[in-house]
Amino acid sequence: MTDKPYLVIPQPDDLLIDIEGLSIGFAGANGGTPIVRNFDLTIRRGECVALVGESGSGKSITARSLLNLSGDGAEVDADRFLIKGRNALQFREADWRKLRGTVTGLVMQDALVSLDPLRTIGQEVGEVLSAHRTLRGRHTVAARVTDVLRKVGIPDPEHRATQYAHQLSGGLRQRALIASAIAADPDLIIADEPTTSLDVTVQAQVLAVLAERVREGAGLLLISHDLAVVAGIADRVIVMRDGRIVDSGATADVLRRPRHPYTRQLLAAIPSADSKGHLLASARFDVASVEGDGAVGSVIVRERLPVRKPSDEALVLQVEGISKRYVQRRTAGREPSLPALDQVSFAVKAGEVVGIVGESGSGKSTCAKIVLGLLAPDEGEVRLLGQPWSGVAEAERRALRARLQYIPQDALSSFDPRYRVADVIAENLTGDARAKRDRIVALLDQVGLNAGHLGRYPRSLSGGQRQRVSIARALAAEPDIIVCDEPVSALDVSIQAQVLDLLSELQARLGTALLFISHDLGVVQHIADRVLVFHRGRIVESGPVDQVFSNPADDYTRALLSSIPAIESAFVRSSANAATAGLSTARSV
Amino acid sequence: MNIQTRPLADLSVALDPQVNPPGAVEPVTTAAVIAPRLLSPGLAISLAFLFVLLLAAAFPRAFTQFDPLIGDYALGLKPPSWKHLFGTDRLGRDVFARTIHGTRYSLLIGLGGMAISLAFGIVLGILAGQRNRFLDEATSRVFDVLSSFPGVLLAMLVVTFLGQGMLNIAIAVGIAGIPKFGRVIRAQTQLVRDADYVTHAVVYGLGRWQIFIRHVLPNVLVAVPVIATVYIGNTILAVSGLSFLGLGPQPPTPEWGVMLAESRDVLRVAWWPGVFPGLAITLTVIAFTLVGNAIQKRFEGRLA
Repeated sequence: MTDKPYLVIPQPDDLLIDIEGLSIGFAGANGGTPIVRNFDLTIRRGECVALVGESGSGKSITARSLLNLSGDGAEVDADRFLIKGRNALQFREADWRKLRGTVTGLVMQDALVSLDPLRTIGQEVGEVLSAHRTLRGRHTVAARVTDVLRKVGIPDPEHRATQYAHQLSGGLRQRALIASAIAADPDLIIADEPTTSLDVTVQAQVLAVLAERVREGAGLLLISHDLAVVAGIADRVIVMRDGRIVDSGATADVLRRPRHPYTRQLLAAIPSADSKGHLLASARFDVASVEGDGAVGSVIVRERLPVRKPSDEALVLQVEGISKRYVQRRTAGREPSLPALDQVSFAVKAGEVVGIVGESGSGKSTCAKIVLGLLAPDEGEVRLLGQPWSGVAEAERRALRARLQYIPQDALSSFDPRYRVADVIAENLTGDARAKRDRIVALLDQVGLNAGHLGRYPRSLSGGQRQRVSIARALAAEPDIIVCDEPVSALDVSIQAQVLDLLSELQARLGTALLFISHDLGVVQHIADRVLVFHRGRIVESGPVDQVFSNPADDYTRALLSSIPAIESAFVRSSANAATAGLSTARSV
Repeated sequence: MNIQTRPLADLSVALDPQVNPPGAVEPVTTAAVIAPRLLSPGLAISLAFLFVLLLAAAFPRAFTQFDPLIGDYALGLKPPSWKHLFGTDRLGRDVFARTIHGTRYSLLIGLGGMAISLAFGIVLGILAGQRNRFLDEATSRVFDVLSSFPGVLLAMLVVTFLGQGMLNIAIAVGIAGIPKFGRVIRAQTQLVRDADYVTHAVVYGLGRWQIFIRHVLPNVLVAVPVIATVYIGNTILAVSGLSFLGLGPQPPTPEWGVMLAESRDVLRVAWWPGVFPGLAITLTVIAFTLVGNAIQKRFEGRLA
């Protein structure tokens, strides 16, 4: 009996996307060079391919070319461009239209603007079905809609189908968007930053929904700037930079044993507990042997932060039992209004970095506004440098204003659009023009800019540079404490690393206390000494960062921590001074 | 057009080869994106036309040797010729000379009316835009009342009270225009008032007045040139209309509206005394509107 070896013949149907040598350009733009060059991509059924890269790397435009939605005037060319075995380069617009929704479904980032505000979720999801005539009859469509909504984990789908996008929470909205993308059962789902604006716990749910689709046999092209998100779900990773593939391969190879310098740089720039006390942007991979077993692997070597000024026990900021309840309009009276802040107390010592973490709606922004004296608390008291701060007239606060400064998330909108960089900083300075100018140049120098930026308009600067100007402006007043409200959340990981380094370096040198608000736990873990966990307007847990993160006592903190996607490191945390140079922390293979 | 150009600019910015080092210069600014489109042929012609208008208003005698007020009865109602480009009217006055000299009146009254609308519109609009419910309600009701009358009717009412004349007609048109400007300024004030940079000025420790003078007022006034140029065409049209009705300057003043009114009686035998001032009004309004739209586009991104 001849045992025929079972031959696995790849079904042609199995290969959803097969692209080789793709280039996308715009006539006349970018000096005639295509924006995306020499791009190869294959996606099979039941496979998740992740496209990662920083903003401007061309990842979105590449993904959209699979739907012929790269933008007006895009010139797409490729050696091979097969979608389910058909040559897409010869598609007419009608062919593409047939493709969208049935073969390829697109999930976009912001569900609030991607869903039509005048249509219910049910109509939105049903539209895909009726547009392609895949189903006929109102009841069949309605049944299918409920079915799809249930599939993406929306509870009570019959009821939700009748609601509008603005009536749903962010997580439900994103799930509804996914539902509309998968309603017609496309073979391939393209998800463009599907979780970027979501809280970590919601992000985990949305990723689970996408992973479920992949398990059921759909192909998934996941576009993200967040390597950790990708690590958990993708089979293969493609790292893009400047429109080209710089690194690609199986997730385990690319992210857990990174070989390519750029990928390494990206990974090393992610703030975490390991990077604490070190400069992020200084990270480089070194070959080193792990102590004991003699295995050779790579370690991340980072430079240490300058020695911090010893902090005294003087209290800079005292927040005692503040509460705030926003007045609800009568129409929304069905649910009892939750207080935005409920009996929140904490204190910040001189030279201390206190992190505030929490999801959207947890009250962290309200707290920041009250601390900044922009909002009066209903109850409780805030004291700055021992003097009353809340509940006094603005005129009384003014004398103390310079002691408390602010770095906002969106630096650009906090600059008067008519002001140049020099004007922005000068406004926070006193003295005659000559002394001011010298001081401004000194401040710019401190934040890594120079006199050449004096006359620039902030809108002509990059995001990282704007945040530097914002930091220089805050420092100009020589404050005792700076409130940082999500200062790096709009920045790419490598820019984020630079800005975080700048902040922590200046903090160490000047001994300014920071109240650092962020939804990104890794960032807080990296920079803060102590952390306050906000949930529903209360502080549910507080303490030294290491203790809270490694040993959370509160259920919510535990849920929050477990939701953070992490690159499960094949790295063994090296225990000792792997760094010979004396300036290191290390993780090794 | 817009949709196509924006992504291009963004992408070329994003394609900075380095990972945005601190000293990097963003290659494309908003101005650079708009500049190539700023001078379309229509806009260029409009600008040239307005320039000629200005010259005509300032030095009318450089354009024609004829007197706008004195004519030769014997030469009445001659059709356009090389000598009299626009022909002559019933009293033998050169229509070209009158149209050229009329520029001064039409522009002056139009601009005067605009200035009055603006002055009151800005003050009231800023008051309405404050965080004071009472001020807002009070001023907004004033705007409502003013705009509930048709503009021309309101202007006629004002002229009836003040009497005819150039200044009065400017006042009349000016008052009718107040709510238009006031509402725009109010919205702009509210926008600026809630802007992050104003909040930030509080954090600097600036006082209310300082914030108002340094940040709020200048950013509100950014909108003024835009709305002014967009509406000036309307104002000139309204002035001509009122003059046509005999509420403005009186004959023999060579104002365009007045000329139209005078030409009415002879229109059946001679088209030129009416058509040329009419064309002047139309072209002026179109030119101002085109320039206004261009300015508006230019400022659109910067207003917020």
